[in-house]
Amino acid sequence: MEQPLVQVKDIVVKYHSPEGETTALENISLDVYQGQFISIVGPSGCGKSTLLNVIAGLLKPTQGEVVINGRPVEGVSTSVGYMPQTDQLFEWRSIWRNVILGLEVQNKLTAETRRSVRQLLERYGLWEFRNAFPSQLSGGMRQRAALIRTLAIDPEILLLDEAFSALDYQTRLVVSDEVKKIICREGKTAILVTHDISEAISMADDVVVLTKRPGTIKSIHKIVLTCQERTPIKCREAPEFRDYFNLIWKELDIHVQ
Amino acid sequence: MSNSQQAISPEQAAYLRKLRRHKREIFLSQVLLLVALLGIWELAASAGWINPFITSQPSGIIKTIVNLYNSGDLFRHIGVTVWETVVGFTLGTILGTIIAIILWWSEPLAKVLEPYLVVLNSLPKVALGPIIIVWMGSGVSAIIVMALLVSVVVTILGVYAGFSQVDPDRIKLLKTFGASKGQILQKAVLPGSVPTIISALKINVGLSWVGVIVGEFLVSKAGLGYLAVYGGQVFRLNLVMTSVIILGAAAAIMYLAVVLLEKLFIRWQQ
Ligand SMILES: Nc1ncnc2c1ncn2[C@@H]1O[C@H](COP(=O)(O)OP(=O)(O)OP(=O)(O)O)[C@@H](O)[C@H]1O
Ligand SMILES: [Mg+2]
Repeated sequence: MEQPLVQVKDIVVKYHSPEGETTALENISLDVYQGQFISIVGPSGCGKSTLLNVIAGLLKPTQGEVVINGRPVEGVSTSVGYMPQTDQLFEWRSIWRNVILGLEVQNKLTAETRRSVRQLLERYGLWEFRNAFPSQLSGGMRQRAALIRTLAIDPEILLLDEAFSALDYQTRLVVSDEVKKIICREGKTAILVTHDISEAISMADDVVVLTKRPGTIKSIHKIVLTCQERTPIKCREAPEFRDYFNLIWKELDIHVQ
Repeated sequence: MSNSQQAISPEQAAYLRKLRRHKREIFLSQVLLLVALLGIWELAASAGWINPFITSQPSGIIKTIVNLYNSGDLFRHIGVTVWETVVGFTLGTILGTIIAIILWWSEPLAKVLEPYLVVLNSLPKVALGPIIIVWMGSGVSAIIVMALLVSVVVTILGVYAGFSQVDPDRIKLLKTFGASKGQILQKAVLPGSVPTIISALKINVGLSWVGVIVGEFLVSKAGLGYLAVYGGQVFRLNLVMTSVIILGAAAAIMYLAVVLLEKLFIRWQQ
């Protein structure tokens, strides 16, 4: 059996505040394999962002550990790329200077890395816009630029925390399609946190459902869809899609009062 | 903007004409109001309805300006005051920004200093005048320190608040790149706060004039504030009015210069 790229081992996270202690995550264990695309869904405040922070090495868990590529995570590691909720492009930097931000911070700007960033921009249609400023780009293009910024540091695993939630519905469908395509083509592993059940099913190989706080793993669904092209938009037309949707919807047990 | 290249419809043309006419009318009214005020003032003074000895009068003010110009004093006084103000607000903004950076860097320090800043902020800085004179002597440096003090605390608070408003996600993104605190400051916090710093600059221009004029009232041998005080002491109201009017014009010009700087900066940013 192949070794998982990411091993989350029995993670517990507690937050402390004057009002008391909050257990955000309880005994989370999860294996993610090279090239896999995982979606995580769960009720609001169940600890999804917390889990990503732990995997990214931004937050030390109260108990347990995360192992990436056989090495325990201690602090931020360059093998993890993070995509926040909004694109967070720096409005005073050109697209080019935005996408090289990570390399700049890591002092890795060389002729070679510049070339590979250029290739990414060319491959995904942003090269002509390298001198444009973020405000001159559409929402979809901005998201693509943000993804290239993350890919530029060549991470093995991408963490996307509700990365499309700031976009309007139409753009969101197109962008999630694009992002999925790019991530597959670049052979990256990805963990996507989302509130959108359809998005979770259509993009991922596996959907992890968390319980409400303290977050534990309720179930993991392997998504098998019969569609010719495994792209998120096409996937939504697969006959099994509705069944997965209903199943996960029930498991999330959302009551609207 | 999208239609600017194409032919303009008659309705749009009419609308634009109306808009231009409206603007012209406003401007004309503003000029008329000024002329009317000056005219009434002059008339009232020469007809003896008011006593020009204590109210001054436009013709007297013009004469005073011409005299000051001929003796070479006009630009000397303006120069001194403008110089003190520019140095005061520039130093106030720079020093305030540096202190804000230090506070951002060390949260414990920021917490310790918070009550002190609140007190300093509410204290009328003018009250420190006598202390400054004792410490700095009665010269230009005392006046500059006065101008600086008036603006520095406001700058610290404003810029520090701006720093704290940087999106936490943005900082998180930089942290996942492995950025150090210095890099976070340099790449995200400082450039992102430039608009805040410029608006601090805008406020500081006004505040520094207050500091400089108060400083000149207290100690000085030259400058517009000095002229006003001197004019009052020797009961030459023409001189007082002249310096107040020049002061108003100089302050407005300097404010416009900062607004222009802001526009230039925003254009450069695009
Ligand atoms: N720094 C913190 N200090 C104290 N409590 C925190 C902190 N960060 C998060 N929490 C709490 O921990 C719980 C989990 O937070 P987290 O942000 O991981 O949830 P989430 O699943 O991402 O929520 P959402 O769906 O709203 O994004 C929440 O109840 C939150 O209030
Ligand atoms: Mg979250």
